Amino acid sequence: VDHYRVSPKKAALGTLYLTATHVIFVENSPDTRKETWILHSQISTIEKQATTATGCPLLIRCKNFQIIQLIIPQERDCHDVYISLIRLARPVKYEELYCFSFNPMLDKEEREQGWVLIDLSEEYKRMGLPNHHWQLSDVNRDYRVCDSYPTELYVPKSATAHIIVGSSKFRSRRRFPVLSYYYKDNHASICRSSQPLSGFSARCLEDEQMLQAIRKANPGSDFVYVVDTRPKLNAMANRAAGKGYENEDNYSNIKFQFIGIENIHVMRNSLQKMLEVCELKSPSMSDFLWGLENSGWLRHIKAIMDAGIFIAKAVSEEGASVLVHCSDGWDRTAQVCSVASLLLDPHYRTLKGFMVLIEKDWISFGHKFNHRYGNLDGDPKEISPVIDQFIECVWQLMEQFPCAFEFNERFLIHIQHHIYSCQFGNFLCNSQKERRELKIQERTYSLWAHLWKNRADYLNPLFRADHSQTQGTLHLPTAPCNFMYKFWSGMYNRFEKGMQPRQSVTDYLMAVKEETQQLEEELEALEERLEKIQKVQLNCTKVKSKQSEPSKHSGFSTSDNSIANTPQDYSGNMKSFPSRSPSQGDEDSALILTQDNLKSSDPDLSANSDQESGVEDLSCRSPSGGEHAPSEDSGKDRDSDEAVFLTA
Amino acid sequence: MEFAELIKTPRVDNVVLHRPFYPAVEGTLCLTGHHLILSSRQDNTEELWLLHSNIDAIDKRFVGSLGTIIIKCKDFRIIQLDIPGMEECLNIASSIEALSTLDSITLMYPFFYRPMFEVIEDGWHSFLPEQEFELYSSATSEWRLSYVNKEFAVCPSYPPIVTVPRSIDDEALRKVATFRHGGRFPVLSYYHKKNGMVIMRSGQPLTGTNGRRCKEDEKLINATLRAGKRGYIIDTRSLNVAQQARAKGGGFEQEAHYPQWRRIHKSIERYHILQESLIKLVEACNDQTHNMDRWLSKLEASNWLTHIKEILTAACLAAQCIDREGASILIHGTEGTDSTLQVTSLAQIILEPRSRTIRGFEALIEREWLQAGHPFQQRCAQSAYCNTKQKWEAPVFLLFLDCVWQILRQFPCSFEFNENFLIMLFEHAYASQFGTFLGNNESERCKLKLQQKTMSLWSWVNQPGELSKFTNPLFEANNLVIWPSVAPQSLPLWEGIFLRWNRSSKYLDEAYEEMVNIIEYNKELQAKVNILRRQLAELETENGMQESP
Repeated sequence: VDHYRVSPKKAALGTLYLTATHVIFVENSPDTRKETWILHSQISTIEKQATTATGCPLLIRCKNFQIIQLIIPQERDCHDVYISLIRLARPVKYEELYCFSFNPMLDKEEREQGWVLIDLSEEYKRMGLPNHHWQLSDVNRDYRVCDSYPTELYVPKSATAHIIVGSSKFRSRRRFPVLSYYYKDNHASICRSSQPLSGFSARCLEDEQMLQAIRKANPGSDFVYVVDTRPKLNAMANRAAGKGYENEDNYSNIKFQFIGIENIHVMRNSLQKMLEVCELKSPSMSDFLWGLENSGWLRHIKAIMDAGIFIAKAVSEEGASVLVHCSDGWDRTAQVCSVASLLLDPHYRTLKGFMVLIEKDWISFGHKFNHRYGNLDGDPKEISPVIDQFIECVWQLMEQFPCAFEFNERFLIHIQHHIYSCQFGNFLCNSQKERRELKIQERTYSLWAHLWKNRADYLNPLFRADHSQTQGTLHLPTAPCNFMYKFWSGMYNRFEKGMQPRQSVTDYLMAVKEETQQLEEELEALEERLEKIQKVQLNCTKVKSKQSEPSKHSGFSTSDNSIANTPQDYSGNMKSFPSRSPSQGDEDSALILTQDNLKSSDPDLSANSDQESGVEDLSCRSPSGGEHAPSEDSGKDRDSDEAVFLTA
Repeated sequence: MEFAELIKTPRVDNVVLHRPFYPAVEGTLCLTGHHLILSSRQDNTEELWLLHSNIDAIDKRFVGSLGTIIIKCKDFRIIQLDIPGMEECLNIASSIEALSTLDSITLMYPFFYRPMFEVIEDGWHSFLPEQEFELYSSATSEWRLSYVNKEFAVCPSYPPIVTVPRSIDDEALRKVATFRHGGRFPVLSYYHKKNGMVIMRSGQPLTGTNGRRCKEDEKLINATLRAGKRGYIIDTRSLNVAQQARAKGGGFEQEAHYPQWRRIHKSIERYHILQESLIKLVEACNDQTHNMDRWLSKLEASNWLTHIKEILTAACLAAQCIDREGASILIHGTEGTDSTLQVTSLAQIILEPRSRTIRGFEALIEREWLQAGHPFQQRCAQSAYCNTKQKWEAPVFLLFLDCVWQILRQFPCSFEFNENFLIMLFEHAYASQFGTFLGNNESERCKLKLQQKTMSLWSWVNQPGELSKFTNPLFEANNLVIWPSVAPQSLPLWEGIFLRWNRSSKYLDEAYEEMVNIIEYNKELQAKVNILRRQLAELETENGMQESP
């Protein structure tokens, strides 16, 4: 363990430790000993900045949008840390990743159970498959036809192996049309594939037969939509490379449609630009809005949503099946299919259903997690926030349909975190085939089991299974409601606690609901006892010992209270002062990391970090009715006061 | 009555009404002196009652003999009436135009409105200055009520009763009044019980170009300082603007004459700049044709959120001086009737838990806006659709409400009232059946005899049945100072006001209802459990007593 004295920007002096998996910063301040843990796999960029009088600054940007600045007194130490981190942040072998060393103290059986929690065969059964139009095909057994597809695939019954193989040869990366979602109510389906290798004039009989088979599998409609999610110009350019899009003249009864979602490079740059805006030291409102517009991020989000809405409408209202593709059919196609499924099927809006949806449309269909999220050192041009965009689409929907989702914002944020954390094996590699070869399930743990175990943290209190919003398709207005799409500060500025609402309605309502449940139980118990007493006029003095109930009860109400009494911290707010303190974010990272660390093998770690996690958060809220903010905060405030008057 | 002359056609049949998110309704259009009414003949439920004073602008269009009137309301709603017959349409249009722009205040609806409810508590007497004074007079004896302005002679825009330092006599106040813009001498706005620091507000000092000074003024504000303490003067203009004001006889406090005070300039925009900002914003919200980038650029160009950020930042700074720095402050801009009041009232929201309750907030509006002489009549005469450029309109009060909403959004459990309460106040400030927001100051309200001739908004709001609509189910008393974030990321557009008519709120309303249900059910259980516990305890003691002999 290396040992450095370090001071991040906001006054916190401490010691930096580098371990095989984490960067750990422990503050010197004796009463808090606050810790910041950063997984190496979360590190996006490390920037060595010009040395100043105080030391050598190192800026670390994380993939979960945390930004940390370390000031290391000795230039040489700084260089060493820099070199080490560069190496540690870019592992070259899967075995170096955290999930292979992460041990949440579960036995083998529990681990195996974790991996079967989400079962795709069950999911297809739930959709109503197989049926007399769709069947499970074993054509991709041992990944013989397409190595980025799963082995278990549903295809129309009339699509013979000959047709499938023929069609696969006419599609990029042999990703032939397969079923993604089947809409029981009217037999329409969402299928997915990659682009056809049509060039300027090539055609393929089997591919045409394949689309025909998809159409026939839906007796309710006499045509199939083919949705190319790329901008038309991009698709046309692909023709020169022997790829391209379906010619309506060659395929009988298709309706072809472009939906212009930009490619991964545009999206990567867009996020980059938006993050630059988030990172501005004290932006004016114009800086922010202009930067947001200029990044184009919300425009891209809307494009993905629009595509999803189009498909959901085609399926549910027109009863038509849809074939979706982009270029390779693993980025935009995954986004669009999963958004459409989410709109169509309430099951995907539940906790488990959402895990299934990601498992199905992203993990099983070969979304290239390793390349897109840079788990291993690779081509930076492959990196792109594809699933981040999908997760944001879900959040945008949650904002508009607050009762429709069983899970809350925290669930989305933690999934995003773990897509990059490499702490669990789910998102490793680029395909099912690679994961099987690596024996991921035998060597790592599943995130889904972890999330499911802690599901109480992820519930949306407004969700009720019998609520009208949880039934059927979500209907969005067709008008171009740009204003519906909002900047998600809970994600992109989530480590800037000061910017977030200081009281969480979700947490408050969850506490109320929990109390309600206790009350229900108590009520029942009281009624029972009352009945007993009334029946048998017994001596009841002993019952006095049951005092625990009222006291337990008052415990809940203080917990409610504590939510209202959020600690005050004004330093992060007055944007005219240096407010973007990296230390602000620490709590959250600690929250996430420590939850996991609690299960890690090192008992010392878990003991320490417990104080730093969300538990600590609550404890500083607890001085109910207290006049003053915690001392730490008031200290910060003094800083900012000075700054105010300086600027004034 | 004169209204009859203005109403050229009192009634037209077969008029079709189009409203956003409602199916078109056909019915009979009636014009009365104060209302535009459309009732469908099929059933009585589909009725539109619109106050003429809520109409901001109208457009007419003709296709053949079918006329269309587009009515743009001050609450940003746009409705469309299809009226068969060119003449009827023209008559209706000109009648509406005349009725919605009545010159005389005494012809306004509040003077004709007869309440359909029983007045339990007369809102005109709900928030008397003496009562407000009592709230902190127990904590300090450094302040007194002054009746120097009883006849509105010293300051026409001040109320008859103001709070001033005890050591300053009325004679001195009269002198100070001559040194402050509009006679607005420094008065107490807020007393911070925690540390005895205060917010005062006033008009700008009339130093002029030759640096006039006023010993009484200096004495007055120094009287509020503890020995050895310094105070802060927050000028809501930029230094530049403040300097320019000297040429017109205004100015700012010179360091040399106020050595115990430090001046901070926090620029907040005023008048037509704000009005134009509102017009642009509402235009952007109504424009459905553009794409995402255009929407964001229009939102940005409106500068509305910039103003929100400016105002909140100044208010936070003021609150910080009081609570963290332990220093008293004096706030003023030019007149001290607009940005000054935004800052003083928002600082109180931040500092004082009481102002986050319904009654406390009403008291705040009464004290810091109505009594303090915010010229509602001038500022709220027109809204976002007015095309006549007048000098005095400005959404100062709406900006204040928006800022309150921003804090409410960040502290959703710390306010006793909900968003609907703020929306209701916005509506009534622009068009109302109540007299509360009529006139520009207390002096005008007295002359209009509003207390005798009109009903107070508070009389209506504070009925239990109405209050329940405005009560925040999440409220838990929070005695702390609440520090909002003023980062742009933390200040979104107030959709409840600006997108209210452009998007369906069905799902959000359902969510609110669900929230209420969760909390109501909890309270219900709580009550049941308490009853049972008591019963059980009674039974137990009974048994115990039976046992003991």
